[in-house]
Amino acid sequence: MSTKSPVEVKFELSCPTPLPAKDTILLGHGSGGKLSNELIRDIFLPAFQNPVLARLDDQAIVNVNGQRLAITTDSFVVKPRFFPGGDIGSLAVHGTINDLAMGGATPLFLSAAFIIEEGFSMDELRLVVNSLRQAAAEAGVHVVTGDTKVVEKGKGDGLFINTTGIGLVAEGVDLSADRARPGDKVLLSGSIGDHGIAILAQREGLEFETQIQSDSAALHTLVAAMLGVSRDFRCMRDPTRGGVSSTLNEIAERSRVGIELEESSLPIHEEVRGACELLGLDPLYVANEGKLIAIVAPEAASTVLQAMRRHPLGAEAQIIGTVKKENPGLVTMRTPLGTTRIVDMLAGDQLPRIC
Amino acid sequence: MKYLDEYRDHRIALALAAEIRQRTTRPWVLMEICGGQTHTIMRYGIDELLPRGIELVHGPGCPVCVTPLETVDKAIALALRPDVILVSYGDMLRVPGSRSDLFRAKAEGADVRIAYSPIEAVKIAGSNPDRKVVFLAIGFETTAPANAMAAWHARDKGLTNFSMLVSHVLVPPAIRALMVSQTNRVQGFIAPGHVCTVMGCKEYESLVRDFRVPIVVGGFEPVDILEAVLMLVLQLESGEARLENQYVRSVSYQGNLPAQQLMAEVFEIADQKWRGIGPIPRSGLRLREEYAAFDADRVFNLGEITVDEPAECISAQVLQGLKKPTDCPAFGMRCTPENPLGAPMVSSEGACAAYYHYRRHRVAS
Repeated sequence: MSTKSPVEVKFELSCPTPLPAKDTILLGHGSGGKLSNELIRDIFLPAFQNPVLARLDDQAIVNVNGQRLAITTDSFVVKPRFFPGGDIGSLAVHGTINDLAMGGATPLFLSAAFIIEEGFSMDELRLVVNSLRQAAAEAGVHVVTGDTKVVEKGKGDGLFINTTGIGLVAEGVDLSADRARPGDKVLLSGSIGDHGIAILAQREGLEFETQIQSDSAALHTLVAAMLGVSRDFRCMRDPTRGGVSSTLNEIAERSRVGIELEESSLPIHEEVRGACELLGLDPLYVANEGKLIAIVAPEAASTVLQAMRRHPLGAEAQIIGTVKKENPGLVTMRTPLGTTRIVDMLAGDQLPRIC
Repeated sequence: MKYLDEYRDHRIALALAAEIRQRTTRPWVLMEICGGQTHTIMRYGIDELLPRGIELVHGPGCPVCVTPLETVDKAIALALRPDVILVSYGDMLRVPGSRSDLFRAKAEGADVRIAYSPIEAVKIAGSNPDRKVVFLAIGFETTAPANAMAAWHARDKGLTNFSMLVSHVLVPPAIRALMVSQTNRVQGFIAPGHVCTVMGCKEYESLVRDFRVPIVVGGFEPVDILEAVLMLVLQLESGEARLENQYVRSVSYQGNLPAQQLMAEVFEIADQKWRGIGPIPRSGLRLREEYAAFDADRVFNLGEITVDEPAECISAQVLQGLKKPTDCPAFGMRCTPENPLGAPMVSSEGACAAYYHYRRHRVAS
């Protein structure tokens, strides 16, 4: 720094020094975007290197005595803990079931671990546990083991939950993010952005004419319905953190293909679109908790789409795009004006703009 | 929000683009002032619909981009004080200061909170009487009334723990500075619709008169931008220079008078430094003497510091419309949204970020 007066500053090139995000953990490292990917690539993958992990799918699939076992784990730190359409308890069940289902697995058992802050309300804990129990029962899975830790007041944010899930994958089902091929169709099971906007509206006390509900739901029965009509699936993913954009960017990168979306075919509820306009957010980056994206061989696309639409959780399903050979690693979108733009993966969380 | 659909209707947009092509006989350089408009142009690829002769250059209207480095450094220094809660609009958190940014300060333990409205910062001050709450009040005329309202509320409530770190910029003096610059290429302006919703069109009349330059107040949807371009082309082709209002559904001649009144009560016009551009006389706002108790600069005695910025990125030329982001050798290579060299790569309204997010494939090919 100097004490040079501002008047001396000419119309010159100027810029601050770059600030690499290498030294400390930032919130963006948990956003599901590029920073999260860097963290996995730089810290976790080298430490635990093995072929199962290297697939980087939402679940690991391992062979045990001829059975294909799917395992996944997820931690839930959502704030607020109760929101329109769900709560941290039901979300902890749906999130883990969905990670299993995206591998084509039938979910069977869950563990549930609770990290509770000293002073937390027993009544609220009962509500959360009851909701978790109910969500598991509705999904037909059992919580068969668990753990409890209590941390000192101020050392946790009320309540964190971790669930681990185990399921079985049927013979002939092989879904992975590196299997997309040019010509494949991209299917989306319904409207996007509902969960993220419901949470944001609740957290920030934003009121809209109609209350936006989270889409939190267990998707394994929808997946079963889809696998029931075809086996020509390449990959399934649930676009949670980082939204549809991050999920498709990962698939494009892993499969070394381009993905072209058709903007006019994206299902977005009117109220979510309105809220995003108002806040300067793009629904493509907003989290979902009850939607899936399937990459399907072109000849199977319409059969699968119809099967999805017959299921209540896929009633608004759409074909939203096509896998291309051009622009490998990139997701692009045809706008209604006939022009094309990139749908990028964000570095960290999407930030509401100033005006 | 249904009403927006007609402003995104591809038939209307394509018809406007066709008319622009038909009416354009010579090359023209037009500048959209606002980063929101730049964002729409890139997002919808509007420049691809225009004839080759029409060049759109991107103006300085990204509030995050033009906030001086010193202000970012001051905000970080304040945020790191244990007695301070720093409240900011979300966009500002990733903007690099000279050594850090607010996200990093937050990771180091600073209490940094994102607000959607400055009134939230006043509420935070009310409920944290033992902490000093500083609101980072930046932006153009668009955010000035809400920021003024925050100071007004704080004074009304007699809060002694609320202050604002103010870095407000004004559009008309920036257009004047661009027009008098020897390097200026701009022949017509799309004025920022949101700013004019507050301030009205009236402020732009003297610019049209003094520089004989057509100015059209424009909106933010594809049809708005194309219609504003057509209005500018029609004027330029017929040798006219008038002030016109394309964004009539929001902007009036006088603007929002109560908002202007509140701004005038709380703020006064002052010289202001713009990041990447430099100082522009009477181009900013500062808190009036009556509001000195809410001025973080004075409350914390932050003083006048100037930070030297190493000469690497070309944000200065980008913000003045002299160069395109893709003219920068660092673009997409050493300068990305994850590791931005300059503010225009950070904000969603920054020209460099808009090019990076929407256009990288074209650069690559």
